[in-house]
Amino acid sequence: MAEATTAHPPVLEVRGLSVTLPKGADRKYAVEDVSFTVGRGEIVCVVGESGSGKSVTAQTVMGLIPRKDLTPVAGETLLQGEDLLKKSDAELRELRGVKMAMIFQEPMTALNPVMRVGDQIGEMLEIHTQMFAAEIRDRVIEVMKDVNLPDVEQMVDSFPHQLSGGQRQRIMIAMALALEPALLIADEPTTALDVTTQAQILELIKDIQVRHGTGVMFITHDFGVVAEVADRVVVMQQGQVVEQGTAEQVLKRPREPYTKMLIGSVPSMTPPKRKPITEGEPILAAHALEKVYGASGWFGRGRVVHAAKNVELEVRRGETLGVVGESGSGKSTVARCIVRLIDPTSGEVLIDGTNIATMSQAALRAYRHDVQVVFQDPYRSLNPRRTVGQSIVEGPMNFGLSEAEALKRAGSLMEIVGLSAAALDRFPHQFSGGQRQRICIARALAMEPKVLIADEAVSALDVSVQAQVLKLLDDVRKRFDLAMLFITHDLRVAAQICDRIMVMQKGQVVEQGLTAKVYASPAHPYTRLLLDAAPGKNAFLEQKTGN
Amino acid sequence: MLAYIFKRILATVPVMGVVALFVFLMLRLSPGDPAAVIAGDYATAEDIARIRENLGLNEPIVVQFTKWLGQLLQGDLGISIFTNLPVTTLIAQRLEPTLLLTLTTIVFTVAVAIPLGTLAAWKQGSLIDRGVMLFSVAGFSIPVFVLGYILIYVLSIQLKLLPVQGYKSPFTDGLWPFLRHITLPTITLSVIYIALIARMTRASVMEVLQEDYVRTARAKGQSEFKVLMKHAVRNAAVPIVTVIGLGIALLIGGVVVTESVYNIPGLGRLVLDAVLKRDYPIIQGLILLFSFIYILINLLIDLAYTVFDPRIRY
Repeated sequence: MAEATTAHPPVLEVRGLSVTLPKGADRKYAVEDVSFTVGRGEIVCVVGESGSGKSVTAQTVMGLIPRKDLTPVAGETLLQGEDLLKKSDAELRELRGVKMAMIFQEPMTALNPVMRVGDQIGEMLEIHTQMFAAEIRDRVIEVMKDVNLPDVEQMVDSFPHQLSGGQRQRIMIAMALALEPALLIADEPTTALDVTTQAQILELIKDIQVRHGTGVMFITHDFGVVAEVADRVVVMQQGQVVEQGTAEQVLKRPREPYTKMLIGSVPSMTPPKRKPITEGEPILAAHALEKVYGASGWFGRGRVVHAAKNVELEVRRGETLGVVGESGSGKSTVARCIVRLIDPTSGEVLIDGTNIATMSQAALRAYRHDVQVVFQDPYRSLNPRRTVGQSIVEGPMNFGLSEAEALKRAGSLMEIVGLSAAALDRFPHQFSGGQRQRICIARALAMEPKVLIADEAVSALDVSVQAQVLKLLDDVRKRFDLAMLFITHDLRVAAQICDRIMVMQKGQVVEQGLTAKVYASPAHPYTRLLLDAAPGKNAFLEQKTGN
Repeated sequence: MLAYIFKRILATVPVMGVVALFVFLMLRLSPGDPAAVIAGDYATAEDIARIRENLGLNEPIVVQFTKWLGQLLQGDLGISIFTNLPVTTLIAQRLEPTLLLTLTTIVFTVAVAIPLGTLAAWKQGSLIDRGVMLFSVAGFSIPVFVLGYILIYVLSIQLKLLPVQGYKSPFTDGLWPFLRHITLPTITLSVIYIALIARMTRASVMEVLQEDYVRTARAKGQSEFKVLMKHAVRNAAVPIVTVIGLGIALLIGGVVVTESVYNIPGLGRLVLDAVLKRDYPIIQGLILLFSFIYILINLLIDLAYTVFDPRIRY
């Protein structure tokens, strides 16, 4: 197993670790009999879907789990030979930051918003060293330079909200590496980042790990990321290790059906063949659509942001247009303007020939059911206090359907999205993430829309569930002959479902065309950059054929 | 930032204008002849006529308002009907005890409530937590005057630790007598606010303790105490400051009762006496004063947000 680490003992060795869940959970153990090692200078990816126990494992090693709820009952976690489970809280505090450090998924929330970033990095040195303030500052600047942050002398005094997501994650990494720990635990460190930023951060982690000889335990759900960074891979499912081996072995010759299924679910970057839709009038169109934020107030100098600039788009019945771009590209702004959740500054939005861009709220009401949206987070887009049925029938009843008719429609839609009509009486929390997204789709369809907007509708889902929901979206598009606007940051997903693709950057459309054509020969440099940054592009994942 | 402060101060002008109009109309629109109302039940017709003349009530209402507003802008709040002294003089005489009582109450409340609430949040579900919550419920439930009399009975009459009533100025009588006299009123007035702010602090800190950056701080090996102090409390501050601000605004009601119980010659007593005697100029003057203070406190709260949270910029 540990072929690269014969000279040194492993940095981390987890042996037969079991952690119990609190009573009343759906299973007894959060993790059960988990064993793996992380060698010096090695990146070990722990892969699994939500609920696989990968984060609990990491936090057990760090001693960050609430032991009341999650109790380690068996096994050892050896950090350079010392069993962490036997340490007192005070001893663990001594080790955290010094010998093991951790970076987290959300750089937006993992940093204290009211503390200067330099002070947050410096805190690490304050806790664990006897350095003076001036020395600390010098060292902080040094580690910030080490993670390739620009203008470090100024940035050291800025607050987290003044930095971009990628910069914040670099701050987190700088903080973790300030004391040169032997073990770095990275818990989905790039999941919340844009793909080009993700590529840079992955590069940085690889680079630092080589330079400092750090052992990295890298937790992720994304096989693309695994293909980019892993030396070895540990696959977890339902709290257990199902397969582990070198990256080469696991990715190219997976033994277990679960691993095969996970790898198979990763959407390919190669779009499947689709017949271009050229017939029929566009049902949704936007012309010269603009959205400008920020006007000057009484005392002038208001910052003006062009969130969407001169956007042109057309979608026909039965067609899916993908809008791809990174955060801040304006893709969501366009969607919101089309639904009139926000008012466009200028331009036209035509739904079946009627311009709704400047329509009054009262006149707009009649058109509301024509365009429906499925949002990103299925945990927050359903009202937790209402039954699923109540949520689905509310819209149709607003448009004059009787409750009985609306419920009948809701029932048949539940069957269409693959759930049972009997489930209408249940509450959202009784469903999984994927099921909830199905419910959101049913709710949108209940309005009998002409246009369906999917705003990052599959981004929060596990990869196996994602494939199913994508298929469902494609099915309902065909079945109801919908025009679909599919907004995503994920180029793999876009490749699989979109007839045409529109690439946005900083509020502007930089490229538009048939999906296959854009992927095969991108015309704009930004499109090329995006395609190149998609993780795992050059590895195993492209060897299988699309879908 | 300076532009914002300037804008906010400018915005107080129309607000104060509306308050002034309301205060003016309060007397003019009350049923019956204001002069008769002011003169009371045993006044003769000549008395009423004289008062009407004095108040300028024979003139058109617009002229009356303009004159009154003109006086107001010069800092003239009118003459008290019963004491015949300028309202500004009366208020100035009574301002010190009320301001100092308010100040000691705020300091005491914050000094007790925030550590209590933080402790409760940190040791959530423990005996300390339950104790704090119990105290909160009790604090909300006991009326100010009941608490006042209990404290007087136990601490002053039985244990003879503190004086029963009265007020001593720290400027003329010295700091020690002032503190001895102000202690009981301060405690009495504080209890309900301690209950309120401790609860708010507990809820706010508990929420912050769930945040990712608290986990980050723990992952750095920071001690629990410092996690609490450096990371949790400051992030919890914005809602707490809001409640403190609202509390100060609501303090006025408590001040009236407390000053009566402890026989403190402050604005609260002035309000009470003026209302009982229907001394309208005083009531008008005090409403204007309290409105102005309220607006000022709101501005200070908004500015305090920027101190606690760098993301808030005006």
